[in-house]
Amino acid sequence: MQFGILINEGPYQHQASDSAYLFTKAALEQGHEVPRIFFYMDGVNNATRLQEPQQDDRNIVRRWSQLAETHGIDLVVCVAAALRRGIKDEVLAPGFRISGLGQLVEIGIQADRLVTFGD
Amino acid sequence: MLHTVNKSPLQTNDLASCLGHLGTDGRLLMIEDGVYGALSGTEATRQLAGPAGEGRVYVLGPDLEARGVDAGTVADGVQVVDYAGFVQLVVDHGPHQAWV
Amino acid sequence: MSDEFEDDFSGEIKRFMFVNRKAPHGTIYALESLEVVLISAAFDQDVSLAFLDDGVFQLRKGQNANVLEMKNFAPTYRALEGYDIEKLYVERESLEARGMTADDLVVPVEVVDRARMAELMADQDVVMSF
Repeated sequence: MQFGILINEGPYQHQASDSAYLFTKAALEQGHEVPRIFFYMDGVNNATRLQEPQQDDRNIVRRWSQLAETHGIDLVVCVAAALRRGIKDEVLAPGFRISGLGQLVEIGIQADRLVTFGD
Repeated sequence: MLHTVNKSPLQTNDLASCLGHLGTDGRLLMIEDGVYGALSGTEATRQLAGPAGEGRVYVLGPDLEARGVDAGTVADGVQVVDYAGFVQLVVDHGPHQAWV
Repeated sequence: MSDEFEDDFSGEIKRFMFVNRKAPHGTIYALESLEVVLISAAFDQDVSLAFLDDGVFQLRKGQNANVLEMKNFAPTYRALEGYDIEKLYVERESLEARGMTADDLVVPVEVVDRARMAELMADQDVVMSF
């Protein structure tokens, strides 16, 4: 089955992106596909490579990049939400790209299930 | 429909509102702070009792464990699942509706 | 989007419901939900909007967020008809709990009871809630 994932909250502040990561990993381990993860609102803060978490903490951004590289996931960051928060192409971590909200509607149509993680 | 609730029922009305829209076939999974809804002997226990008795209520085990709630002590009829179980619930009972 | 990707679902129509349960202005969720609704109009899907709990405040007449130097987006709900988005469902119990009726809303809606709202939700292919 194909899953689209929507993440609406930023990393470290809220559990949403941790939950989404663990869900996505479990889905992939069960042989499902996750063609796209869409980051919206404060969720766009998952995409910046400038983050430096402390040594004893998880690196949420790197986790997304690694998952995307291993499984070919399209990590899409909402352009309007990103720009108003200072997330631009030059700060994107590997695997992320900035695009429009149409990409969210599109994965809603294309995927068998859209799973939302928010506040 | 698989519904998820991620807030404590002692803090918001998300659980109550979700239960009011569960219908006859919907499933509920409590995640994140929503897992406090699975505590036994609470107001939420009474609210959940109907659908829980029908085997339609689940709680995410890792979120329970993280919060110090023993999976063996959750309210009657509430089933504990792991992330693989979460995925399977979306497969079996989707679409997904998040009561955020 | 690539033509190839688009072809994968050309002609497919899904039932999309946007569920609004949060009051406007205190957080950005109401506005960002509306942004997705407007984009969805371009995809020719079967779109509906549900307003329940504090989400009914999004449609309240007389809002003026400009006094906060914020975007005053309530009038945009009246423009949805022009995008062929005509299914706006508002839950009766949520209105009543807030001392409101359909007359207090900026746009004509279909007021439904909770049981009917549950049926409408259960009938969807994709539910987005913000």
